[in-house]
Amino acid sequence: MAKETTLGDLLRSQGVSRRAFLQFCTTTATMMALPAAVIPSMARALEQARRPSVIWLSFQECTGCTEALLRSHAPSIESLIFDFISLDYHHTLQAASGDAAEKAREQAMHEHAGEYLLLVDGSIPTLKGTSTIAGINNLDMLMEGAAGAAAILAVGTCAAYGGLPKAAPNPTGARSVEELITDKPIVNLPGCPPIPLAITGVIAHYLTMGALPEVDHLKRPLAFYGENVHDRCYRRPFYDRGLFAETFDDEGARKGWCLYKLGCKAPETYNACATIKWNQGVSFPIQSGHGCIGCSEPNFWDKGGIYDSVPMAQFGSGPKIAVAGAVGVVAGAGAALLARTKKHKKEAELHADE
Amino acid sequence: MSLLDFARGPAIHWALIILVAGTIWRLLGVLVLTRGADLSRPRDAFGNFKGYRTVFSRAWPSGEFTTATRYQTGMAYVFHIATLIVVIGIVPHIEFITGLTGASWPGLPNAAGVAFGIIALASLLALILRRIAKPAVYCSNWGDYFAWFVMAAPLVTGLMAFAHIGPRYETMLAIHILSVALLFAWFPFGKLMHSFWFIFSRAQSGVAYAHKGVRI
Ligand code: SF4
Ligand code: SF4
Repeated sequence: MAKETTLGDLLRSQGVSRRAFLQFCTTTATMMALPAAVIPSMARALEQARRPSVIWLSFQECTGCTEALLRSHAPSIESLIFDFISLDYHHTLQAASGDAAEKAREQAMHEHAGEYLLLVDGSIPTLKGTSTIAGINNLDMLMEGAAGAAAILAVGTCAAYGGLPKAAPNPTGARSVEELITDKPIVNLPGCPPIPLAITGVIAHYLTMGALPEVDHLKRPLAFYGENVHDRCYRRPFYDRGLFAETFDDEGARKGWCLYKLGCKAPETYNACATIKWNQGVSFPIQSGHGCIGCSEPNFWDKGGIYDSVPMAQFGSGPKIAVAGAVGVVAGAGAALLARTKKHKKEAELHADE
Repeated sequence: MSLLDFARGPAIHWALIILVAGTIWRLLGVLVLTRGADLSRPRDAFGNFKGYRTVFSRAWPSGEFTTATRYQTGMAYVFHIATLIVVIGIVPHIEFITGLTGASWPGLPNAAGVAFGIIALASLLALILRRIAKPAVYCSNWGDYFAWFVMAAPLVTGLMAFAHIGPRYETMLAIHILSVALLFAWFPFGKLMHSFWFIFSRAQSGVAYAHKGVRI
């Protein structure tokens, strides 16, 4: 990890040009919907920013979020910013292990109490003993880490909303960060994995503005999750014209038609995939020919099949409706019988009167 | 569970159960209750046939009534046809039906779907305005207005969801599905059952008149 004292020093030592750095600031500012006037001050603040202490706790996760952030094919400014923060604890990335690693965590927590940024990926099992680090239950470690944090970023859908571990039947009693911690500012950065720029963008915002960005009702930064993927999809004209791929290898699929009928969940998904895209803007899932699976939405694993389209009803199969039909037959026959008896009685009464 | 999960899951599920059970109940309950046999000899040898013919011949009012009924009959046709096209013609609806039955067919482009939706809503408005303007003709009760409401709600919410008016799309979609659930659940118990009754009531009056020798 870099030893330079300011981010400017680090970037210069890595041969990043000023132009590239300003471009990053512009992109980030644009993405975060900040006015153009703040770009110079943002650049200045970022250049002079001192290494903030960051503790990254990984619980029930697949390391995909860390991978997404670090495996960009060239060292991006995003990843350099990530190098720049003083990542005092991250059990996948740190060199130390065992006791030494836990000591480093405790030391950072102690030295920067009330100031450090806590990044969490993975959901937290509430069932004791299902997931531990150095013998400490995930839940205890989260509580301990959150107590002294200035703010918490829940990275990835698992930390933000529970993700895959929380999917039915949720064998570990998994919970998201916001379900367990209510007294700290939390920003959710869902996605399976989240877009790397969303992670670094929020960190950059925090470093320059000294505050967390504006969020939506699911605590997602509006800058990255404010727009519907479907609204920004380049296949949208096909959707509007009613041209759909029916299978993954038909004429429509080859012509790049809309994937709605193949289960694209983008109409109910908020993320920046269609605008920022992945792998430095190369492509995104829909561009590669697969519908969105709605990975940045809570409980997306339990929302029906990946290939079931958005308007489909979600209640399993129909036997209950057949039973309803049978109930209708019985009720109908009963009603008719009752009415008939009543009619006959009335007729008998009328005849008696005559 | 989000509102959309609720709408797409238990709400629409129960609405369909009520729709199926309720419709069969009402149909059987009324149809099994046959009338007694006609004790007099039919005046018209083709009485039954002519009775059934009435189901179609009453699809348009007799010439004498043209001036008086042109407006509402025309509007009603526009409404029913446009609604049918919207219900079975736009892709999300086809997807919903495919999910339930496995059947599927090609859908309309969005612009056409919206156009028919607007036509359906406009004609529905035209019909309620006439109903309100001429209380003596209709003798409306709350059931008429409620039937109108449960029919208008899915049209309004569907158009709003499509046009991204009002709340976020997924919330609007949930409200749309809930309004349809209300329509399904109310269907067997209100005046909407005319979609089944019209056949039997026309046939019944046709047969009765024909047996009496009335020219129909
Ligand atoms: S592919 Fe998905 S996001 Fe793109 S237009 Fe079709 S439904 Fe919308
Ligand atoms: S396109 Fe949808 S499923 Fe894919 S990464 Fe983006 S939000 Fe997630």
